[in-house]
Amino acid sequence: MPEAAPAVQIDGLVMRYGSKTAVDDLTLTIPRHTITAVLGPNGAGKTTTLETCEGYRRPQQGTVRVLGLDPVRNRRDLLPRIGVMLQAGGAWSGVRAMEMLHHVARLHAHPLDVDALAERLGLGDCGGTPYRRLSGGQQQRLGLAMAVVGRPELVFVDEPTAGMDPQARRSTWDLLEELRDDGVTVVLTTHYMDEAERLADGIHIIDHGRLIASGTPLELTRGGTVATIRLVVTRPFPTGAPESLRQALGAETEVTVLDELSLLVTGPADASTLAKVSRWCEEAGVLPESLTLGQRNLEDVFLQLTGRELEK
Amino acid sequence: MTGTYAPNPGAAPFARQVVAQARMESRLMLRNGEQLLLAVVIPVIVLIGGVAGSKALDLGFSHPAIDVFTPGVLALAVMSTAFTSLAIATGFERRYGVIKFLGSSPLPRSGLLAGKVGALLVVELLQVVVLTLVALAMGWDPDPGLMGAALALVLGTAAFASLGLFIAGVLRAEATLAAANLVYLLLMAGGAVVLPSSAYGAAGDVVRWLPSGALGDAMRAALIDGRTSGTDLLVLLGWAVGGTVLTARTFTWE
Repeated sequence: MPEAAPAVQIDGLVMRYGSKTAVDDLTLTIPRHTITAVLGPNGAGKTTTLETCEGYRRPQQGTVRVLGLDPVRNRRDLLPRIGVMLQAGGAWSGVRAMEMLHHVARLHAHPLDVDALAERLGLGDCGGTPYRRLSGGQQQRLGLAMAVVGRPELVFVDEPTAGMDPQARRSTWDLLEELRDDGVTVVLTTHYMDEAERLADGIHIIDHGRLIASGTPLELTRGGTVATIRLVVTRPFPTGAPESLRQALGAETEVTVLDELSLLVTGPADASTLAKVSRWCEEAGVLPESLTLGQRNLEDVFLQLTGRELEK
Repeated sequence: MTGTYAPNPGAAPFARQVVAQARMESRLMLRNGEQLLLAVVIPVIVLIGGVAGSKALDLGFSHPAIDVFTPGVLALAVMSTAFTSLAIATGFERRYGVIKFLGSSPLPRSGLLAGKVGALLVVELLQVVVLTLVALAMGWDPDPGLMGAALALVLGTAAFASLGLFIAGVLRAEATLAAANLVYLLLMAGGAVVLPSSAYGAAGDVVRWLPSGALGDAMRAALIDGRTSGTDLLVLLGWAVGGTVLTARTFTWE
């Protein structure tokens, strides 16, 4: 029943390059008609996972199904139904922007109106410019246009807004939302937390090729019922500091050490947690430089799961 | 679902995709200044220079110099397009992710290949027209064996194109650029493409087995004597098969 099949179904995918494991026993499902973000730092295995879905790479272990089809065996049936935006490149260096878009449109049976699409993505002004003279953001937008011009059911976009200015970023997000609203499934990789949080219906967080969390943005951040307190101190914490803080705060609270001068406390959003942290500072003899209270966002989720900052 | 972007996927008919690809690639080839130099300007210079030079030196031809040089220069033109231009263009297509992107489009690999062949034929046709007009203006008086010439052009294109794709598929773009130009220069100078292999003395027995020598000799046989040279055509076929097998085994998208 290919119609009922999810957009993407990955089971136990393993991909290795030499001794490096890029994707490590990854299992996830992406439903249709959603925007789904695959989020993770550079080198987490996002692009490898996407390229396996696009049929560029054969799974070394596990299975991948896209729209119910095997991307390698059923490649010719699958390709017309999906659109792919590569992380970079994809066009001849001397080709003019609109010429390239028209060319891709001609490979499809019922493409979108090319001029309207170009206008929508703000490519109207640079249509006659050779690809190599387009700015990074213009190349990204052309790449997105090339991915969607064939009216696909499913588009894979790899880091769609990397290097874009804020205005181009917002108009790209708007287009991805329109695509979803018109029935297209959008799968995007990103290492921008705000992009995933703002845009995605579902998020899969990947690190070192493993799935470490899945859910809606609201589920992952627990919808604001959880607060974070970021504590930055002037001198390195004394030995045993995180453990004593954990004891002082009780079981409902988590303490994540960020580096020798800062840590993150995640727990119930109330004043008593804040009071406990400052009392602990007094008892442990540490001088806070800043104590910041906030709602838990995806950045904090990632920090807690991996102990690392994402955008570094 | 309705809306501007409502899915309605599908591949264009194969023939339409191939025509689109051939049009795109031939336009890009003809737009590129260096490639035009290689395709038309150098062969015309070789033709004029060769005929002028043979008046100064006696090369011992039994036919007028223009009749000897024109088939060789046509062979050189084929070599420049099918081998050098194709290799360089394909090398940079791999570098810029063009082949990778097209690999995700509805265009199958066979369509990509057919598009490339179509583009080569368009450019070669233009080359043949320009060179023939220049040669006729210089007093070329051919005795054409059209069958032999057509077979030589087709098999020569196949042999050189498969070798060009092989180089582009295994080397990096810059290395492909260097290697394709170097091989072109070496074959132009010593590969019996412009001058007959018989003009190379003892080395002629070696160079006539090169694709350049076989193509040049087949063109001369066809356009000087009106003869179809089976041996030379078989040599070209051998190179085409060998080059295709090598390319099929080694070519990667990126």
